[in-house]
Amino acid sequence: MTEQPLMIVSSSPHLHDKSSTANIMWHVSLALVPATLWGIYLFGLYSLVIILVSIGSAVLAEFLLGKLSKECTIWDGSAFLTGLLVGLNMTPSVPLFIPIVASIFAIFVAKWTFGGLGANWANPALSGRIFVFFSFTTYMSSFTTPRTLLKAMPDALGGATPLGFVKTAIASGSSGMTSNELLAQAGYPATELARKLCAVLGINAYTIDSFLGNIAGSIGEVSSILLLIGGIYLLIRKIITWHIPVTYLLSSAVLTWIFGGLPAGLGMFHGAFFPSMLSGGLMFGALFMATDYVTSPLSSKGKAVFGIGCGFFTFLFRTFGSMPEAVSVSILMMNIITPTIDRYIRPRKFGDKKLFAKKEAVA
Amino acid sequence: MHAVPTFRKGGVHPPDHKVFSREQEIVRLPLPSELVVALSQHMGAPAKPLKAKGDTVERGEKIGESVGFISADVHSPVNGTIKEIKTVTLPNSVQCDAFVITVDEKQPGNASKPIAWRKLKKEELFASIKEHGIVGLGGATFPAHVKFTVPRDKKVEYFVVNGVECEPYLTSDYRLMMEKGKETLEGILIAAKILEAEKIIVGVELNKQDAIDHLKEIVKEKGWPIEVVGLKVKYPQGDEKQLLKAAINREIPSGKLPLDVGAVVSNIGTCYAIYEAIVYKKSLYERIISVTGEGIVNPKNILAPIGTKVSDLLEFCGGLQGDVEKLVSGGPMMGFAFFDTETPVTKGSSGILALHARKKVRRTPCISCGKCVDACPIGLMPTLLYKHITNLNYEVAMNSLSLLDCKECGSCSYVCPAHLPLVHTFKTGKKMGRKK
Repeated sequence: MTEQPLMIVSSSPHLHDKSSTANIMWHVSLALVPATLWGIYLFGLYSLVIILVSIGSAVLAEFLLGKLSKECTIWDGSAFLTGLLVGLNMTPSVPLFIPIVASIFAIFVAKWTFGGLGANWANPALSGRIFVFFSFTTYMSSFTTPRTLLKAMPDALGGATPLGFVKTAIASGSSGMTSNELLAQAGYPATELARKLCAVLGINAYTIDSFLGNIAGSIGEVSSILLLIGGIYLLIRKIITWHIPVTYLLSSAVLTWIFGGLPAGLGMFHGAFFPSMLSGGLMFGALFMATDYVTSPLSSKGKAVFGIGCGFFTFLFRTFGSMPEAVSVSILMMNIITPTIDRYIRPRKFGDKKLFAKKEAVA
Repeated sequence: MHAVPTFRKGGVHPPDHKVFSREQEIVRLPLPSELVVALSQHMGAPAKPLKAKGDTVERGEKIGESVGFISADVHSPVNGTIKEIKTVTLPNSVQCDAFVITVDEKQPGNASKPIAWRKLKKEELFASIKEHGIVGLGGATFPAHVKFTVPRDKKVEYFVVNGVECEPYLTSDYRLMMEKGKETLEGILIAAKILEAEKIIVGVELNKQDAIDHLKEIVKEKGWPIEVVGLKVKYPQGDEKQLLKAAINREIPSGKLPLDVGAVVSNIGTCYAIYEAIVYKKSLYERIISVTGEGIVNPKNILAPIGTKVSDLLEFCGGLQGDVEKLVSGGPMMGFAFFDTETPVTKGSSGILALHARKKVRRTPCISCGKCVDACPIGLMPTLLYKHITNLNYEVAMNSLSLLDCKECGSCSYVCPAHLPLVHTFKTGKKMGRKK
């Protein structure tokens, strides 16, 4: 025999499905591209600057913190993704220091202080967003009118999101009207396309606009359809499972349908669940924030419970709380409960003895 | 059309890589000049050596005697002389004594008259199996006579034969079914007679459709009471727990044996060995080994004597090619990597693989994606086990996370995007946990 090459000895298995952490992070980032491009188109180039600044500061923070522990972790893509998520969660007109603060908070406080990738209990991007939302509420809640509605938007409504507007209207005492009626009464504009589709399909024009992405909102959250495309891409690549998005959207929709009409004086089963599902970042949160691996449960059953919990909190805060868009806080609430879910909701073990004890007792 | 049976929870779909040796007919290895026959080729206590240095041995002669309840006899594969007794390290890192046998140039012929086994009594058949050192050839090498000892209060409703061969690369069972189908099925009948089994089921994965058809044809022609079932391709279906769930939809309780749900599972190769032992009085001293992988010049399915050195097998297959990084004994999911080509093959060696270097991916911390939880066929939480074991919390891992239920099938490590050494950690954890 010829000279034998040196062999590697390692434990089984000797095959791998070729996935990697970095691969997953880059795929999630890729799935966000359509929604990102739409946001930039809708709100102008300044949005691009915001996104780039968020990503840059997140990656830089990760790099500098990596110096402390003498490892370079920026290529695993997690800091890039965090930065991108932070950027997409900014309102289109924030001063640039806000995304910087948010990204640094996300990477440093939410992630590194708990031990870096995989050890954080709260979704870093969400924490960053919530931190700046409560620190700079004025900036974070003044929205820009999207390009597609610019001409028709009455001055009085400038920069209001549909959800925010309805919330304010209900708070100031108007009752007996659905959210779409309220919007119509105030002259909230709809795009030409939406009005045409409305005539054909009979679906409310505002609902169509929220689905297509012609509403005010944070840069990345406005277009439900583009977010769905990204989400479906992740589902096909088996990066996320259906459990969290589906249970989250369904539970919040059902609860909103049943109880959502109460504050507006409409009674039960009159909640506008479609507008609620399609706006205020719910789609974004359900597909990209709640499905964050580190801060969501491990098992499928646990994920379903997590999704339902998110849906419940979102409904609760939106309907009875003071916040019109409560997605980020809801997910954060469930992040807190995740370790408990993992402790008590586990897959059924193959050949579980309890099962057999029961069967024998029956026999 | 009803659904194709498989087990439900977990499992993975590695590419099957069987193309290398799938179409290679079984060939007999020209006798090497020297064999190294290990005394611990089976699960349980090593056999006691019956020969000393300088003794001559004959083919089929017992050279190691089983000691204790779980143990098996070892036989000489050739006529030859014991050159020495030395300590060898087998791929599964078992260290034991081994006979180094210098092979005589003249070997006895193969002529032997078949025995009409149907006339033999159950007890005679059982005694033969023990005498000929039959062990499970799927890889676990559990002594067959121990497995076939059915306690009085237990009944074998099902004898399930494992022709799944779910490990990628390996094709020895497939070739056996294709080339020795009739003999193997007869072996199954013999085993079923010993067990007094009521029903016989042969489970084969659907990537071996031609083998299923072939076996079904023979069964139909002979009118034998054997059911051949095609199973959906999914790893680790060759594990007895998953196989029983797939084939007869019964679930072995944690920590129990197939007999507890009225079944016995045997590998299809074992059944062929039983056939040869009973009908031709041939002890288990040779087996079919798939020598395959992208690093082998001419992959082959080889009938080789136990104790053949890997270097002889590689040479017969034209040697190694390309950037070979690992030699593996067994399949790529559960097999053992080894580095010394002087290592001998044992009764459990279903394959020798030469694998090319694979792209190195940096290990990251666990990102809690839960893919391992979804992949685990037993319903464990591999990532939590990993965290507890690496934090030396062996007790939590053993008790509340059921570490001992882990079969080390490798599904979790296979899918882990963080490339954590999960199975490795569990192996360590079991050892450390048991020590305490």
